[in-house]
Amino acid sequence: MVMGEFTQETDVLVIGGGPGGYAAAFRAADLGLDVTLVDTGGRLGGVCLFRGCIPSKTLLHVSELLYDARHAGEMGVEFGDPKVDLDRLRQWKNQVINKLANGLMDLSKKRSVQVLKGQAVFESSERARLQNSETGHIKFRHAIIATGSTAISLPATEFKQGGRIMSSAAALSLPDIPGRLLVVGGGYVGVELGSVYASLGSRVTLVEATERLMAGADQDLVQPLLARLTGLFEAIHPRTRVKELKELDNRVEALLEGELDEPHQTFDRVLIAVGRSPNAKDIGLQNTKVRVDDRGFVIVDEQRRTTDPKIFAVGDVVGGVMLAHKAMHEGKVAAEVIAGRPSAFDFQAIPAVVYTDPQIAWCGLTEEDARRQGRAIRVSRFPWAASGRALSMGVAKGMTKMIIDAQTERVLGVGIVGRGAGEMIAEGVLAVEMGAVAEDLALSIHPHPTLSESEEEAAEAFLGSSTHILPQRNPEKTSKPR
Amino acid sequence: MPREFKLPDLGEGIHEGEVIEILVSVGDKVIDGMPVLVVETDKATTEIPSPVTGVVQEIRVKPGEVVKVGDVLMVFLEEGESEAPRKAEAKAEGRRVEAAGFPSPADAPPSVPAPAGAALGEAAGPVPAAPSTRRLARELGVDLHQIAPTGPGGRVTSEDVRTFAASLKHVVEPPPPGAPGLAEALLSPAVSTPMAFRAPSLPDFSRWGLVTREPLRSVRRTTARHMALAWSQIPHVTHQDEVDITELEALRRRHKEEIQAQHGVLSLTVFAMKAAVAALKAHPRFNASLDGDREEIILKHYYHIGVAVDTERGLIVPVVRDVDRKSITELALELNDLVVRGRAGKIEREEMIGGTFTITNIGVLGGTAFTPIVNYPEAAILGMARARLRPVVKEDGENYEILPRLILPLILGFDHRVVDGADAARFLGMIMDTLGNPEELLMMV
Repeated sequence: MVMGEFTQETDVLVIGGGPGGYAAAFRAADLGLDVTLVDTGGRLGGVCLFRGCIPSKTLLHVSELLYDARHAGEMGVEFGDPKVDLDRLRQWKNQVINKLANGLMDLSKKRSVQVLKGQAVFESSERARLQNSETGHIKFRHAIIATGSTAISLPATEFKQGGRIMSSAAALSLPDIPGRLLVVGGGYVGVELGSVYASLGSRVTLVEATERLMAGADQDLVQPLLARLTGLFEAIHPRTRVKELKELDNRVEALLEGELDEPHQTFDRVLIAVGRSPNAKDIGLQNTKVRVDDRGFVIVDEQRRTTDPKIFAVGDVVGGVMLAHKAMHEGKVAAEVIAGRPSAFDFQAIPAVVYTDPQIAWCGLTEEDARRQGRAIRVSRFPWAASGRALSMGVAKGMTKMIIDAQTERVLGVGIVGRGAGEMIAEGVLAVEMGAVAEDLALSIHPHPTLSESEEEAAEAFLGSSTHILPQRNPEKTSKPR
Repeated sequence: MPREFKLPDLGEGIHEGEVIEILVSVGDKVIDGMPVLVVETDKATTEIPSPVTGVVQEIRVKPGEVVKVGDVLMVFLEEGESEAPRKAEAKAEGRRVEAAGFPSPADAPPSVPAPAGAALGEAAGPVPAAPSTRRLARELGVDLHQIAPTGPGGRVTSEDVRTFAASLKHVVEPPPPGAPGLAEALLSPAVSTPMAFRAPSLPDFSRWGLVTREPLRSVRRTTARHMALAWSQIPHVTHQDEVDITELEALRRRHKEEIQAQHGVLSLTVFAMKAAVAALKAHPRFNASLDGDREEIILKHYYHIGVAVDTERGLIVPVVRDVDRKSITELALELNDLVVRGRAGKIEREEMIGGTFTITNIGVLGGTAFTPIVNYPEAAILGMARARLRPVVKEDGENYEILPRLILPLILGFDHRVVDGADAARFLGMIMDTLGNPEELLMMV
């Protein structure tokens, strides 16, 4: 017997320690199952905690702080020009991460979830080999694949360790504050990290191949953000592609193609944020009955069961919206199904939040989707200019909108742009999931003065009972099914 | 135009079945009448033939799925046709809910995928209901689409789900997939088949340890429903006695091999069948059913004996017809044939209905006594436990002698609405006389 031939047995093998993986592991353990979680880093948190949500939101909070400090003069408070100490900032961010990471390890110990370091590769539908680990094999009754996704680069460009062409993970490690930063991709990662670096002092150019930024969100929600970014960034180029990137010692030379005057530009660093691909290739799926679709995502059913009845998959690796909170719920569903409960991934509103300033958040049906589907909807908007709270905070450029079924008056979707939108969208999620009608929101007393009132007011505006906006003579334009 | 193939009416009140195997793949050519999938409807598996000659365009079901009569199983492209957009069919009918709230196959939401741009409104989307309500529906195994909503904006409430689930249990429902000898009575819409009366809801067992859930399917479900029905409808009494079968066993052993040579099995059950028929003829009320609505006892003038058979899939009860008109040898051959086919899952539903009396022999597995449940709507059931050698005291005037004798415990379960304890003692006594004096068997054939 050579070292590493040691075989362990477990009820549930969870592969990947991200939010989907640890949520699944904890739930399974709470339901009385014996759980082993294998993570390449031997720790819990995944991309979300170490290279994604948490570090980016820590930095975005700082961006917001910088903005507020710079604009406090309008309210009669002078802070002077804020100075950024990059080492301290990095330290602060790492402290946040470590505190959360330790908390997760602590929770796993208290739940008796065994966390192993290594890379799990399936050998069959009941056995996996562990590479780079002290444990050789794990025999399992059920497995949950939660291996997540990896940022993709551009063709002919690769992310080098410590290189000037960065993925979001590298950008979040805050190597320095580049003088000029090129952000490739106008999705939420691009606008969020572009905002962070711009706030810290970089001159940011953002290029997006398609017509518009934040393509999944309604454009009336994106507009206030675009207005802010136009001031914050040096340039924003839609319909523009990167033809070539040449990484040199002290700079990156870029050849851009699209609607811009100067195709040849030089940057100190480049952030590529054009999407993510599932980590489903090197985990031995060919030795199981698990199947992937043509884009490489693991195929699962409502219970998050793969085509192999013993193996489940959750999170980014199964596709759909690649968001931590979706992965966590999927993880719980898979764990509950394994424990014999009749659970299903049956959600009608997965919220999406862009943590820029202003924030954009939405859930359920967007207005644009509803129109594309030809659904009979009515849209109600409440501009924050009519909100006392928004004015007192100096954030009056926000808006709360509601997408409402024209016949049943059910709330099908909610969209918010403005400070704190991410916090407030939860009410919209609850409304959509509960099948609430606009009246339910209008008749729920919201505290005054708050930004959350905007959701009540939007519902009231639909009913013509809003206090702070005049009732419309003619109801909102109604689209009827063709 | 592509033709949707729906699960046809399989007769006998069967309204659903489990897909066991799909015999074709998308793109396969099929001809009219060629089997395309295997459905386990009851205690029998049935091959479902293709209704057309053409090509399999789409398969909508998976093995293990429970399908109802009227569910679309697959889509065929009939011969001589090319693929064309199925616009006309896609006109969704919308969600119709009958006032009474009972599901019928026609009320199921359209399973045709909606073409982009079609105005489907409510029919296409998920049913509005709180997440907790949706979970409740999953737990109770009901489809939200079939529930008439009472909430604002067409929202289904938890109460709606509970009411609907209760209505499935209590109100007239098409009979479940048949049961052992379930027979015609169940086809009458007046008979409901409650699994249970409003039992209090179960506690959350996971509070005390790990639990897993497995669906009640196929034979297990049929048995559960049928036993609950029998137990709740029939006031059961059991009467027990013992019979000395030393001589019968000797006879059985003498003829065992000749029967075996003809691929039959000469078991004690075969003799018991014959003995039972003699007793049934003498006591016709044991060969009867109670019609509670008309306040009549239905006496049957035929003797079809069901025999309980333990199989891998669960308990099945094949029925041997006209036992009174068959010889011991014929019965030994026929029963064995039914048992073998029953265990292989190759028994027809027809062969498991219409019984008038049932015998259940668990002697092979042991047991000194047990309380068999009458196979509703029959009136009685004969249980046979294990025959054992016992010391028996023989008395001859003044002298007593202890002899080793083979003693078979018999149990008669009966419907006290139809017969009384004294009748049962007389009926069982007659069976014992026959089994204890095998020459009597000779006089019957």
